[in-house]
Amino acid sequence: MRNRFADTFYELGKADPRLTIVVADISPAGSIAKFRSEFPDRFVNTGVAEQIMIGMVAGMAQRGLRPFAYTIATFALYRPFEFVRDDLCYQNLPVTVIGIGGGVTYSTLGATHHAQEDVSIARAVANLSVIAPCDPAETEAATRWCAVQEQGPVYLRLGKAGEPDLTKDAPEAWAFGKLRRLRAGADICVIAYGGIMKRAFDLAERLETAGKSTAIVSAHTLKPLDVGAIAEVLRNFPTVVVVEECAPVGSLSAQVKEIAWDMHARAKIWAFTLKDEFIHCYGSHDDLLDAHGLSVAHMSARILDA
Amino acid sequence: MSEIKPSGRRNSFDAAAARARCNAYRRRILDISQQVTALHIAPAFSCVEMVDALYNGVMRRQADGAYADVFLMSKGHGCMIQYVILEEQGVLTRSDLDSYCKPNGRLGAHPDFGTPGIAASTGSLGHGLGIAVGQAFAEKLKKTDVQIFCVMSDGEFQEGSTWEAMMTAANLRLSNLTVLMDNNDFSGLERMSEGHRAFYPLVEKAQAFGWDALEVAGHDSAAMFGATIERDGERPRLLVCKTVKGKGVSYMEDVPIWHYRSPNQDEYRQALAELEGAA
Repeated sequence: MRNRFADTFYELGKADPRLTIVVADISPAGSIAKFRSEFPDRFVNTGVAEQIMIGMVAGMAQRGLRPFAYTIATFALYRPFEFVRDDLCYQNLPVTVIGIGGGVTYSTLGATHHAQEDVSIARAVANLSVIAPCDPAETEAATRWCAVQEQGPVYLRLGKAGEPDLTKDAPEAWAFGKLRRLRAGADICVIAYGGIMKRAFDLAERLETAGKSTAIVSAHTLKPLDVGAIAEVLRNFPTVVVVEECAPVGSLSAQVKEIAWDMHARAKIWAFTLKDEFIHCYGSHDDLLDAHGLSVAHMSARILDA
Repeated sequence: MSEIKPSGRRNSFDAAAARARCNAYRRRILDISQQVTALHIAPAFSCVEMVDALYNGVMRRQADGAYADVFLMSKGHGCMIQYVILEEQGVLTRSDLDSYCKPNGRLGAHPDFGTPGIAASTGSLGHGLGIAVGQAFAEKLKKTDVQIFCVMSDGEFQEGSTWEAMMTAANLRLSNLTVLMDNNDFSGLERMSEGHRAFYPLVEKAQAFGWDALEVAGHDSAAMFGATIERDGERPRLLVCKTVKGKGVSYMEDVPIWHYRSPNQDEYRQALAELEGAA
């Protein structure tokens, strides 16, 4: 995702002189390094200083630029949170804040580097759109949208590098604010977003093997959420499973349940989120997701044994 | 030293006229104080001359009368002085100011981006300079000669975010950025020089951060006008404006309660008499 973002930003930046990027002491990977060397005036590194990173992109947007702020998710959203809220959201400026390594991507770095509640927190702030693409192709589509949109600030939550392509056979194109069908099915629908989508696909395979026809949808835009399409999923499927790399409080799972309650849905809903815990597990990203109860074996057993 | 090259018309500056304007602004703020329970009167009074010198002297106008330069009130709680100047200039209306902090009005105790004449939503301290840095950076990138003027409280220089912005402004050589610090030596609670001795010195701190910094008398309009338009053109500039909180009304000067309180009727009459006597 990180590399596809960089490639896309570089390509868009060649055509639009308003595109600028402000980073806080993060090494510019791939095409961002190329952007920096070709357009040194439009690349700013504030150093280990995230409040000014957010403050200055606000001022840049007010004077006609189209800035992106870019660093690790915890430092893009948590450290300068009041600046995101006041400078970007309250003033409703078209700025994209990129959080790299959303969720518990940086597993071995410990909870200081885990943005395990970033989606919950970002969704709570008025005016802030929240997008978490599931693969490089969705990252490119979302980046293209962010670069031209006029409506206000966006938190674009990315993973790291090396995520597989999952959406090339999807029957629907990516569209901001729209739930996206990735795969058809009849018995169960899995709703997921972000890098954990790979596990949603693995889970669907397991459920198919057990004889359950399983659909998958990408809820890449967490805010504004496509409530109508979520309601349709709840109407059309007897079982709905939400898989997400986010703490339970303020999660998509919680909102799906709200929607289900409001519409008197009869679907059985399974919610698989990160635990409301700081887990001291210093294995791989996969190990940490497993420790949070998000292994395919665990999720499929819960669903099938019910 | 070179003068800022004007892209538009700059008003000539007359110190006597500035004194008369500033006295009238204080009286207008005093009038509004009688309509509401609180309005941050003392923090507005301390920066009257600073804001007046910028609006009525330093900042250049385009042919259509609109300002070419940008004024950003980082010390949002001092916005009453900005409101009364914007009213005088017809950017805000008398009715806007009459409905200050009222349910049908559009002016609150802190300025909001989107209101005519307001460059940023402030009120939370330590935000304005970062935004001003972004604005100045954008204008440099666009190769305009727009100048960004930011009025800050001294208390804002206790915020870590301000020092992040100070360092970045110098790194980016934002010579189109000028900060006027309202150094009235009072935060909400106490005197800075007594409660926070390591807060000083200020000029030297800013210079160490790569700024062109100097101290100026903050109630001397002509001195501030001169200090603002003459600069070396390479670095961002900070004027540490030495002011008195509550300036112009004897019982408000350097008395912390007037950070937020509005005068009662007797106090109002006394303040008005003092200001009229000085007019």
